[in-house]
Amino acid sequence: MYGNAYIDPNQTNKLTADEDPVKLAEFEARIQAGEKIEPADWMPKEYRKQLIRMIEQHAHSEIIGALPEGTWITRAPGFRRKLALMAKVQDEVGHAQLLYSAAETLGKSREDMINDLITGKSKYSNVFNYPALTWADSAVIAWLIDAGAIVNQLANSKGSYGPYCRALERICYEESFHLKYGHDNVVHLATGTKKQREMVQEALTRWWPPIMHFFGPSDKISVHSETLMKWKVKMASNDAMRQQFLDMYVPKIWDLGLTLPDPNLRKNPETKLWEYTEPDWEEFKRVINGDGPCNAERLAVRRMAEEKGRWVRRAILGENAEYVKPFA
Amino acid sequence: MAEENNEKIDSLDPRIMRASLDHSDIDPLESLDQFQTFEVFHQAKRGAQHQHVGIVHAPNPEMALLYAKEQYARRGVTANLWVVPSKYVFATSYFDDDMFDTTPEKIHRDPATYKVMDKIKEYKERQEA
Repeated sequence: MYGNAYIDPNQTNKLTADEDPVKLAEFEARIQAGEKIEPADWMPKEYRKQLIRMIEQHAHSEIIGALPEGTWITRAPGFRRKLALMAKVQDEVGHAQLLYSAAETLGKSREDMINDLITGKSKYSNVFNYPALTWADSAVIAWLIDAGAIVNQLANSKGSYGPYCRALERICYEESFHLKYGHDNVVHLATGTKKQREMVQEALTRWWPPIMHFFGPSDKISVHSETLMKWKVKMASNDAMRQQFLDMYVPKIWDLGLTLPDPNLRKNPETKLWEYTEPDWEEFKRVINGDGPCNAERLAVRRMAEEKGRWVRRAILGENAEYVKPFA
Repeated sequence: MAEENNEKIDSLDPRIMRASLDHSDIDPLESLDQFQTFEVFHQAKRGAQHQHVGIVHAPNPEMALLYAKEQYARRGVTANLWVVPSKYVFATSYFDDDMFDTTPEKIHRDPATYKVMDKIKEYKERQEA
């Protein structure tokens, strides 16, 4: 599961300044024709850089995203839910592995990516810096955060970079189980006792602002974004994906008699677009830059995993090991 | 080197509180810390072709098979898995893919282009005439 990659809106330098114009034209024509770009193909430096940044952020998001839910495995209500949640968390970690592999084909090693994660240099999806206070929070995450991730990932799976698209196809297939599992949990609570309904309503109210942040700030005006869309690195604007998400899920939420903490949320019957209170983008920036309720904890857990596993990895590393980039 | 900061992390998760984590950095991962890569081939059922599905990082083939099972055989049906160190895969270059361009033109290799029935029919018609 994942939100949209965060692009700094202040970074408006030209992306193709020193590229060979003939090669660039061939490259763009190939993408225009719907062909996939493979690891050994020529590509603009900025295409490579942006893809590494994006796929790497996505991989980190999967691995960090497993933490707020993983915390509920030991306290899951009932054996079947415990099994399902373990399967979901394992999927998320598996997705990170697939994505790290896709990013590796572009020339950044897994070690470098993990180092950048644990030192805070790389970002991951902002929603995972918030805590899952109750079991209902884990249900809301599994339903709605994964739903948002599917909107994003389905779009990106039609992108131009072969290894990323192939990883995303496998990921989307597995995310559809997460979505159904999450929906089942939310419906169970929403159709249950008064106490259960209160619990899921409170979780939904807590998670609505991070969910609205999920697709990132409005990016209509960025020149940067236009080139990335032409290269099929980015497949839809943040706002377009947010609209799609609202259109698919707000009616399902209201259908359960649950409410959302935004009095201005409605679908304009004339424009067919959702209207909402503008999310607090100052909070978004503050949290993504490290000052959220769980940033320190998430990275500390990650560091512990790397550090405590280190002696095991050293013990089993063969003497003649030799690294080559994954093939595709 | 890693920086010490012993201030404890506060968490809602009892397991994380028990782990007693702090803000200290760790030494960065070194090259090959995550091992070399193996290409994974998956066979859905006996008799079917093995198909390339992705890679795993592993220190040796035995562990590569274990990780391949976890990564690529979690769902659906699987009969068999292969792993091959990435360094042993050799490939043609996409740059030279024009060497395949004329293959579809070689219609003499295509059974559908041999129209014997047309000839027989025409021969029979001529005989009857």
